Amino acid sequence: MNPGIVDELEKLLGSSSVLYQPEDTLLYEFDGSVEKGRPDIVVFPESTEKVSEIVKLAAKYNVPIVGRGAGTGLSGGALARTGGVMIVFARMNRILELDAENQRAVVQPGVVNYELTRAAEPHGLYFAPDPSSWKSCTIGGNVAENAGGPHTLAYGVTTNHVTALELVLPDGEIVRVGSKDGHTLGYDLTGLFVGSEGTLALISEITVKLSRKPEAVKTLLAIFDTVDDAADTVVDITARAITPSACEMLDGWTLRTVEDYIHAGFPMDSAAVLLIEVEGLTEAASEQVSAITEVCNAHHAREVRVASDNAERDLLWKGRKNAFGALGRMAPSNYVLDGVIPRSKLPQALRRIQQIGEQSGFPIGNIFHAGDGNLHPIILYDPRDAAQFERAREAAAHIIRYCVEVGGALTGEHGVGMEKSELMPLLFSDADFDLMRRIHDAFNPDSSLNPGKIFPLNKGCGEIRVRKHVGAIAVHL
Amino acid sequence: MTTTSANFAANLESIVGASRVLTDPASCAPYAVDEKIPAAVAKPANAEEVAELIRFAALEKLAVIPCGNRTKLGIGMPPSRYNIALDITTLNRIAHYDPGDLTLGVDAGMPLAKLNAALFEHNQFLPLLVPWYSRSTIGGTIASGIDSPLRQFYGTTRDFLIGAEFADGTGKLCKSGGRVVKNVSGYDLHKLLIGSLGTLAIITRLNFRTFPSPLASRGFVASFPNAEGAVTLRRVITESPLTPLTLDIVSPELAQLFATRAPATPEVAVFAGENQALASKSLPPIGNWIRSNEWQLCAAFAGTPEVLARYERDLMRFAANSNATSTNVLDDTTRPTLWGRLRETLSMLIEFSPASLIFKISILPSHHAAVFASLRKVAADASLPHAFVARASSTIYFALLLAASDEDTSARLSPCIAQIFDFSSASGGRASLLFAPASIKRGTTVWGSPGSDLALMRRLKSAFDPQNVFSPGRFVGGI
Repeated sequence: MNPGIVDELEKLLGSSSVLYQPEDTLLYEFDGSVEKGRPDIVVFPESTEKVSEIVKLAAKYNVPIVGRGAGTGLSGGALARTGGVMIVFARMNRILELDAENQRAVVQPGVVNYELTRAAEPHGLYFAPDPSSWKSCTIGGNVAENAGGPHTLAYGVTTNHVTALELVLPDGEIVRVGSKDGHTLGYDLTGLFVGSEGTLALISEITVKLSRKPEAVKTLLAIFDTVDDAADTVVDITARAITPSACEMLDGWTLRTVEDYIHAGFPMDSAAVLLIEVEGLTEAASEQVSAITEVCNAHHAREVRVASDNAERDLLWKGRKNAFGALGRMAPSNYVLDGVIPRSKLPQALRRIQQIGEQSGFPIGNIFHAGDGNLHPIILYDPRDAAQFERAREAAAHIIRYCVEVGGALTGEHGVGMEKSELMPLLFSDADFDLMRRIHDAFNPDSSLNPGKIFPLNKGCGEIRVRKHVGAIAVHL
Repeated sequence: MTTTSANFAANLESIVGASRVLTDPASCAPYAVDEKIPAAVAKPANAEEVAELIRFAALEKLAVIPCGNRTKLGIGMPPSRYNIALDITTLNRIAHYDPGDLTLGVDAGMPLAKLNAALFEHNQFLPLLVPWYSRSTIGGTIASGIDSPLRQFYGTTRDFLIGAEFADGTGKLCKSGGRVVKNVSGYDLHKLLIGSLGTLAIITRLNFRTFPSPLASRGFVASFPNAEGAVTLRRVITESPLTPLTLDIVSPELAQLFATRAPATPEVAVFAGENQALASKSLPPIGNWIRSNEWQLCAAFAGTPEVLARYERDLMRFAANSNATSTNVLDDTTRPTLWGRLRETLSMLIEFSPASLIFKISILPSHHAAVFASLRKVAADASLPHAFVARASSTIYFALLLAASDEDTSARLSPCIAQIFDFSSASGGRASLLFAPASIKRGTTVWGSPGSDLALMRRLKSAFDPQNVFSPGRFVGGI
């Protein structure tokens, strides 16, 4: 190992904030995806200035850098694909300002999503993006990946709720973009950096909008005997221009697994359930409940239940949000996919996914944001069986290709990361890559920040120049 | 015409055909930007022709300014160079529309009113009630970054633009985003095009999510003798469970203008229930229900009869608690007379006083009452008439009303401009001079002092447009 960088980092941060022994860095090799990539050094800065100093040191030693929040990401965005220094923002977890009157909060990137909502609740406010991992994922990670969640159907994804950022550029410069009120004089840099997956700059502070809690929330559970009926219901709800705040589907296979574990009240013999939520004024919510019930019944719902109290509502949502944990009881590992289709194509897409599952020999479950066409097929597999893992990946690529073919997207909320970098040419042309490359290089010219993400590794045009590892630490690759 | 321009006109003709190139000064004059007239106007018929024109311009080091129906070309600094106007109004088709998915792809030159007319057939719309509504193209609406009173409820275009296709400065056709409502594949480059004034790329197509059009809607107006009353009521509303579609504070001077004038552009029925027969006529006079010497808080709301009743009840109660001097609920007959004017505020101000200075000031709502007072003081000190609207709890459009500009008024205006920029940034906000006569603009900067992010913007500009072909000099920091 080049001892210089570790020494200098320890001098800068203290030895308790720098990890470099293989048994320590091993813990940072994974995130929530199926990818792997181990950093050589993991550091825990407590301020923007320290982040800037770390970045300068990494530049001095010519070592790549990757930022990381809680490591719950699902595309390998926060993995050190080519080793180097990983900056974990766990200790930059303070809410710096909560401005209730203007409905804004200024937070450090390590603040946990749910903690911000908890802090805002006494003011009748909350932070709208709510990924399933909201009790552990950080807002910095949400911003890097432009995270979504069930309630983004009505309220938009992370980018719709971020008004300003403080950035640390690869040369250590600290820059602020955007403004607290949200209006930009000049280009919408905030809009560019949100969702850029840590490939343009590190994010060291975030200004977000807080939303006002609605007066009434109604949660419905619609139970169906066929997946087609459930899918047709979603298509019809959209076509009738009813806008629920969330519209989630669990197919029979998934809901039985979840029910065994959570006991949320999903009927074990149904083929699919829709978990639908409406919000707003009391008068508007009750009207929407009737409209949605009518649509469900028109598509042969076996039953439509309305949660009678908060406890029942929380239980239904617990079933949805902890589904992936429940699936852990079924197989050593699960591969959660993330693709998007036009909502009018939902029934055929679900049939196609089932077909692909049958052809590839995997049972594929579906638990997803049906209301915005954001599919999350789940493939159960055993990571110890390399051949099986390869087949799982092939099935996944098949599904994602299908999404693109019907006019959809590669990823709705998990990001491209390492997982889908090679699939990007399905959507983007050489001219698109040329431009994205020039923009990448305008901010991150040496690819020192999060190398090997978003762009296909095999794309000609002077693609991500993967840096060498730091001396002997590189052995593990 | 000089020999050089004759040559380059021939080149343009070889790309788009002779009938789509204008070179005589009289035809080019309407394409002037801040009094600078281009040597030629080219009207490409498709994206490929746009790209070819850009490649030619890049090769010849010519400056290109894209335009739609040219209603907002006055925004920004005077261009440092301007050779070709790229008129994109021939690109005007709906490329795809999936009403069941509430998504749409449309060519940049499509008129907004025509687009919404097509969407209304499916009870959908784009919530963009922007000024010059009956003439604006969708591309110009995006590139100018102009906003709409409906942003209070629906957000700005950044919240519902889901993808774009465009030609970059090297003349290559590129895209970002896609056609679905949720998408994180690749960089969100289309967001950068919003408000970019044609400095990054030539937009050829835009993809949006569409929205169900409100089925029944009402307007509400409360009048107050002072700004504080209106600001207080606005705060009570934003802290209540009500989510109105629009929420604007109108200054007494603007209310006076609304009461005495109508916008020059024909009216367009926007919501269900409005009189379609009005569509090609001008707006009828506003009713005597507006107390035109007072501050107005104007809100619009929509929903079922029960929801409408709830809004009326709550708004009336809130207004009474805020000591409003009068309150009115407006129905489908009366509401358009006010909302047409709210939508057309900027066009009306310019029609009323062509040499007006219109500032766009974005500032958090908690500072609004203080900023209103500062703005009025600036105008009073310079003995200039003024009018303003504070939109969607965020942006203030403030006009110093001038019928004509001369040296004397220019001299009086410089300190006003500086003061407005200064107290806006002192309150944590940002001001820009959105519209002003070219003579005023040449002596100042309309963008105020640049922020620390200017260097990043320059890098972006170089990445999109390495040879500086697009709209040079019009943007922030001389970009």
